[in-house]
Amino acid sequence: MNKLIRFLPLILVLALGLVLYRGLSLNPKDIPSALVGKPMPEFSLTKLTDESQIITKDDLKGKIVLLNVWGTWCVYCKYEHPYLVDIAKGGRVALYGLNYKDERIAANQWLKDYEDPYVFSIFDESGRLGVDLGVTAAPETFVIDANAMIRMKHVGPIDARVWQDKFLPVIKMIESEQAGQSLNELSNSEGVNSED
Amino acid sequence: MKIKPLCKAIVSIVFIYFMVATNVLARSADTYEFQDAVTEKRFNELNKELRCPKCLNQNLADSNSPIAQDLRREVYDLLHQGKADIEIMNYMVARYGEFVLYRPRVSSLTYILWFGPAILILLGVLVVVFIIRRKPIERKEVELSADQQDKLKALLKDKEL
Repeated sequence: MNKLIRFLPLILVLALGLVLYRGLSLNPKDIPSALVGKPMPEFSLTKLTDESQIITKDDLKGKIVLLNVWGTWCVYCKYEHPYLVDIAKGGRVALYGLNYKDERIAANQWLKDYEDPYVFSIFDESGRLGVDLGVTAAPETFVIDANAMIRMKHVGPIDARVWQDKFLPVIKMIESEQAGQSLNELSNSEGVNSED
Repeated sequence: MKIKPLCKAIVSIVFIYFMVATNVLARSADTYEFQDAVTEKRFNELNKELRCPKCLNQNLADSNSPIAQDLRREVYDLLHQGKADIEIMNYMVARYGEFVLYRPRVSSLTYILWFGPAILILLGVLVVVFIIRRKPIERKEVELSADQQDKLKALLKDKEL
């Protein structure tokens, strides 16, 4: 017992060192999103390419929706752009843009100069929808399922590694859920049929 | 040779001027008109209590990042919609999580933050009390046997020689 007490300070210091060492490799900017598991907030904004067209939550169609927050002022948005083009071409998800705190003319020019990977972009000049989504800067990307639930939020640019490690598992999970759902519906309807 | 101190004075005056000028600029990034002094006070208090979600260790009042500007505008609008302070806090927490509160709420997640220090102090006091009240090691008087007594005398005799 006495020997144990003699080693207690050493053990405590080692434990403290371990905790602090772990702190070194944590990213303090990784704030857990308050919106994961909550429904996509309602909004009513215009389309980036067309001032007269109002976009609402219901216009984000797709089995899995990716909502990418971007702006012409954002350096990393240019970095992740080629990956977004690839993702959009992959066809596994429906990629929408949220043009955040930007100028309409500049943003449209940006999409013309590079390539427009989005089905369309929502124009959020004041950043109001950004606040409702808990956006702090660009780029950020939300994964939304068919029930308009936010399933994941990624802060920072997407590249091949982030896509592989962070997005694909969530997408696979949603896909398997949806496959399960449609199977259930199928067997339910077959059951009804056989009763008839 | 009297030019040197003059130069120094001018440089320091310019320096001070810029310090003051930039300070004023930073403060007047956004100007809000308030319907009364109480609302203005509440606005300032809320901006001190709410943390800028992008800048890690600045409150909304301190930061001039775009997101802090947006959130100050939100606070202003919510105040003018007649929302209570607690409602505004809830509004921010719903969007940015507990992170935005400089004084986190008491919940199962924050028990260790709220009660940890008190528990550690208590533990320290207990340790001190334990050490103080521990009985000192008893020292019994040892009687020497006749045999030992003789040995002692013999040893002492050797020393004398």
